Amino acid sequence: MAGATQDKDTSKAIVRISNLSKVYDGGHTALKDVTLDIADGEILALLGPNGAGKTTMISIICGIVTASGGSVTVDGHDIETDYRHTRSLIGLVPQEITLEPFETVSRTVGFSRGLFGKRADKGYIEKVLRSLSLWDKRNDKIVTLSGGMKRRVLIAKALSHEPRILFLDEPTAGVDVELRKDMWKLVRKLSDDGVTIILTTHYIEEAETIADRIGVINRGELLLVENKDTLMQRMGKKQMEISLHSPIDAVPDALASYRLERANGGSTLIYTYDTKAERTGITKLLADLNATGLKLRDLQTRQSSLEQIFVDLVRSSS
Amino acid sequence: MNTQAVWAIYRFEMARTGRTLLQSLVSPVISTSLYFVVFGAAIGSRIEEVDGVSYGAFIVPGLIMLTVLTQSISNASFGIYFPKFLGSIYELLSAPVSFFEIVIGYVGAAATKSLMIGMIILMTAGLFVPLQIDHPVWMLIFLVLTCVTFSLIGFIIGIWADSFEKLQLVPILVVTPLVFLGGSFYSISMLPPVWQTVTLFNPVLYLISGFRWSFYGAADVSIELSITMIGVFLASSVAIIWWIFKTGYKIKS
Ligand SMILES: Nc1ncnc2c1ncn2[C@@H]1O[C@H](COP(=O)(O)OP(=O)(O)OP(=O)(O)O)[C@@H](O)[C@H]1O
Ligand SMILES: [Mg+2]
Repeated sequence: MAGATQDKDTSKAIVRISNLSKVYDGGHTALKDVTLDIADGEILALLGPNGAGKTTMISIICGIVTASGGSVTVDGHDIETDYRHTRSLIGLVPQEITLEPFETVSRTVGFSRGLFGKRADKGYIEKVLRSLSLWDKRNDKIVTLSGGMKRRVLIAKALSHEPRILFLDEPTAGVDVELRKDMWKLVRKLSDDGVTIILTTHYIEEAETIADRIGVINRGELLLVENKDTLMQRMGKKQMEISLHSPIDAVPDALASYRLERANGGSTLIYTYDTKAERTGITKLLADLNATGLKLRDLQTRQSSLEQIFVDLVRSSS
Repeated sequence: MNTQAVWAIYRFEMARTGRTLLQSLVSPVISTSLYFVVFGAAIGSRIEEVDGVSYGAFIVPGLIMLTVLTQSISNASFGIYFPKFLGSIYELLSAPVSFFEIVIGYVGAAATKSLMIGMIILMTAGLFVPLQIDHPVWMLIFLVLTCVTFSLIGFIIGIWADSFEKLQLVPILVVTPLVFLGGSFYSISMLPPVWQTVTLFNPVLYLISGFRWSFYGAADVSIELSITMIGVFLASSVAIIWWIFKTGYKIKS
C-alpha cells in the first residue's frame, strides 16, 4: 500500500450510528437522533460541554446503556443481536476511574483479557504494561497507585484484549502535561497500527493535535462532524461580516466571485479571506459593493478558530 | 459460550477469597466452636438424645447449614454488589459475555467458597463430637445444591441492593431467623403442635431436615419432600435470574 493512504481507508465505516436516541429513566433526553459513521482507522474527537451526551453515546455502543431508539452496527454487526462479535472488537477506557482497589495491576489487566475471551498471553500483557510504564508496578495494588497511573491501568485493561476500536472517554482529564503528551503518542501509535480511536475531550487543542475528524455534540445533538483539515483551513482564514441596512434575498451577481455567505436572514454578508494571501480582496469587494448600491451599516472582521467555531455552535444550539 | 470469561471471573473472585482466606475460614471455625461449647456442652448435657443421637452431634448438620446459607448469600451478594458499587461493573457490561456466563462465574465462586467453609465446619465439628454420616453422597449433594441455590439468591440480592444496608438487610432480617427457626438446634417434634405446623411453612426446615437425614438417617419431614424443596428453591432463583436478564433490571440504564 502506498504512503499516505495506507492507514485511513475512510470509505469503510467500522461503526455506524443511525438515529440513535436515549431517554433516561428519569425522563431526561441525553441523545437525540444522532447519526454518524466512524471510519475504519480514523481518530475521531468528540467535543461537547458537560452533560452533552458524549459518555451516553459511547456507553450505548459498548453495551453499558440501552438505547431508546435507533441502531448501531460495529463491523457490520448489530450491537444488540450480535454483541459477542461487536464487543470483542471494542476497548473502552471509561471517564471515571473504577478499579478494584486491592487487586494487583497485572491481575486486573489479565482479568480483562480473559473477560474478553482471549487466552492468557504474558508476553502481550508485558508489552502493554511496558508501553504504559506500568511494568515496574505490575505487582502493586491499585490502591497504592497515583491517579495518573490508575488511568493508565484503565488503558492497559482496554488494550489487554487487542481491540480494533478504542473508546477513550476523557483520557487526559486530570493528567499532567507529560502524561498527556505520552497519551497522544500512544494514540498515534495505536492509530498507526490500524486501531480506530474515538476520544472525548474538553480540550480543543487536544482535538486539534491528534484527531483526523472532529465532532461536536451539545444537548444530545450532533452539531457538526468535519475533517480537522477542513476546519483548520477555516481557521487560517479571517472573516469579514458586512451588516447591511436592509436584508437581501440573494447575493447580487456582480459579487458572485467573492463567494459571500448570507447570514441573519440576509442582513449580513460574510466574506472569508485568507490572511496569508498577498491580496485579501477587501478593497475591491468594498468598491464592488458600493457599485451595487447596497448600503452598509457596519463592518467587522474576526479570526475564526476552532474554539470560536465550537463556542458559536454550542451557543446557537442552546 | 465464552468459557475464558467464566474462568476469568471465577478465578478473580477466588483470588479475592484467597486474599481474605484467613478471615473467611477463621471466623466460622471460631463461631462453630463457640456453638459447640455453649449448645453442645453446656446446654446439651441437660438435653436427652434427640432422634437417637447426642444433642452435640444432632446440631452439626444445622450448624453447617446455618453457616453455609449465610456465607453463600453474603459472598455472592457482595461479589456482584462490589463492582456495582465501585463502577467497575462497566467492564462486565461491555465484555462479550452473556448474563448467564456472568452468573456462572460469580455464583460458582461464591458456592465454592461456602462449600469449603461447610467442609471446614464439618471437620471442626469432628473435633468435638464423633461424626456419623450415613449417606455421604447425599450429604454432598445436599450441601452443593444448598451452596449453589443460596449463592444464586445472594447474587439476586446483590443486583437488587443499592446500598450496603440493603445488602445486609435480607440476610439479617430473613435468612438468619429462618435458619434458627428451621430446626438447626432442635427437632420440630420438640415444639408444641401449633408451632410444628407454623414451622412447616419455613422452607429452610426442609433443607436442614434433609441434610440431617444424610447424617443420621432420621428426619423431621420426608427426604423426598426435602429434595423437592431444594429443587423449588433452585428453580425459583433461576427463574428470577432469568427475569433479571430479560428485563435488564437494575443492571443497565
Ligand atoms: N444513568 C443516568 N440516569 C439519568 N440521567 C443520566 C444518566 N447518565 C447520564 N445522565 C444524563 O444524561 C446527560 C448526558 O450525560 P453524559 O454523561 O452522556 O454527558 P457527557 O457529554 O459525557 O458529559 P461530561 O463532559 O460531563 O462527561 C446528562 O444530562 C446527565 O445528567
Ligand atoms: Mg462524559
